[in-house]
Amino acid sequence: MRVSQKIRRIKTQENKHHHGHDVGERLYLHRHTFIHALPSHLKIVAALCFILVVVSTPVTQWGAFLAYFLWLLIVVKVAQIPFLTLFKRALIEIPFIFFAILMPFFGSGEKVQVGPLDLYREGLIAGSGIVVKGTLGVMTAIILSTTTTAREILRGLERLRLPVLMVQIASFMLRYINVVNDEMERMKVARESRGFEATGMKSWKVLATAAGALFIRSYERGERVHLSMLSRGYEGALPQEQQSKINASIWFTAMIYPLVAAIIFVAQLLIGRM
Amino acid sequence: MHIPDGFLDVQTSVIFTGLSAAGVAVALKGARSQLDEKTAPLAGLTAVFIFAVQMLNFPVAAGTSGHLLGGALAAVLVGPWAATLALTIVLLVQAFLFADGGLTALGASTFNMSIVGVWVGYGAFLLVRKILPKNKASIPIAAAIGGFVSVPMAAFSFTLQYAMGATATFSTSTVLGAMVGTHVLIGIGEGLITGLTVSAVIASRSDLVYGWKNNNQSLEIRNA
Repeated sequence: MRVSQKIRRIKTQENKHHHGHDVGERLYLHRHTFIHALPSHLKIVAALCFILVVVSTPVTQWGAFLAYFLWLLIVVKVAQIPFLTLFKRALIEIPFIFFAILMPFFGSGEKVQVGPLDLYREGLIAGSGIVVKGTLGVMTAIILSTTTTAREILRGLERLRLPVLMVQIASFMLRYINVVNDEMERMKVARESRGFEATGMKSWKVLATAAGALFIRSYERGERVHLSMLSRGYEGALPQEQQSKINASIWFTAMIYPLVAAIIFVAQLLIGRM
Repeated sequence: MHIPDGFLDVQTSVIFTGLSAAGVAVALKGARSQLDEKTAPLAGLTAVFIFAVQMLNFPVAAGTSGHLLGGALAAVLVGPWAATLALTIVLLVQAFLFADGGLTALGASTFNMSIVGVWVGYGAFLLVRKILPKNKASIPIAAAIGGFVSVPMAAFSFTLQYAMGATATFSTSTVLGAMVGTHVLIGIGEGLITGLTVSAVIASRSDLVYGWKNNNQSLEIRNA
């Protein structure tokens, strides 16, 4: 239920000002900043380059990571994303940094005293490195999905040569996710109104039957959608929109995000030399 | 099994992104020849189904619960090509929209889940189907074993990435033991649910189950 709870939480948080009804559209925060207006494929490239710079930075350069965080928060501010939204959405990473949090406790080698805890030095450094890099990555992805609609992200991936078929599969997924989610919710209500309560493994058969029914309904919906597309003249490709020309200054604006990170990286190296 | 950014080094991320891209390209070709222009709507709805079914909680004991990963299930239901595409899209959407799983680690996660998970699951399914009697009742059992095998193998593939380029300090053998050990348990759950789900589908719409359709007997022409 992790993601669905998240969707629901986001829905209640932001129903004041959102456009569209897709899951992805709910993640999007409608604002009028130049970051929102940048072409989506440039934003994706910028986000990836920023994360690559972060990932390549040696864990011991803590000054650089501090600078990355400050720079990221400035970008968040400029994009008018509320800090609370940023931090709440970033909580999604907790399950997968769990591994990193264990590292200082179970390891080997030299030990250090941190407050009341006796921790492994190497584990502490590597663990905190994963947490810091992971957080920067998650927050960058959040900037991307709050300033770009789901549809635009897909269009951007298409311009970055993601195969057209993959883009189509993804757009089907986004379009029907709420329909199928609602279907699942209705099945849940139906189960519960008949007195069903999921307790332990003995209820697995009922839940698996529901999953099976959900598959049949999804598949049949896919067939219906396909037939209705054929009847509207679909021949295996979706109509393409005219793409606007992108000049160098737009490219440069988008690339400021990773460029500043790269400058921080180089500066840290130079300071380290001296 | 989402991997955060910064967990794997750049080199390993690039290698597995390349491997995944090649795998997805092959799957695109296979899906096109199997489904033709039906690929997009059907793989799309399969992706939605997997995404939705991953939210369905299966209670285990004492308040803990798990959910399906769905690689083997999708492979048995719609065929391994479309399953690879659907799982890849699920991971892509989770990473780009929900920030769930690192963007630079997307290639590595895709490799574990939609290539190793799907194909090992499907391979085990085919093997078991060959051994068991050729009737409907064997399909859910074969699917269950496919589901069971796919999870520890995906964990094994993760351990391989860990050994190649993780920034962590646990020894590879510790990780191998912990990952494969816990995922054998998770795999038992995955196998049971996969088998039960396939048997539910086969009971009402056996024509939709790819792993059974393939096994259909051809029509016999008899004299009146």
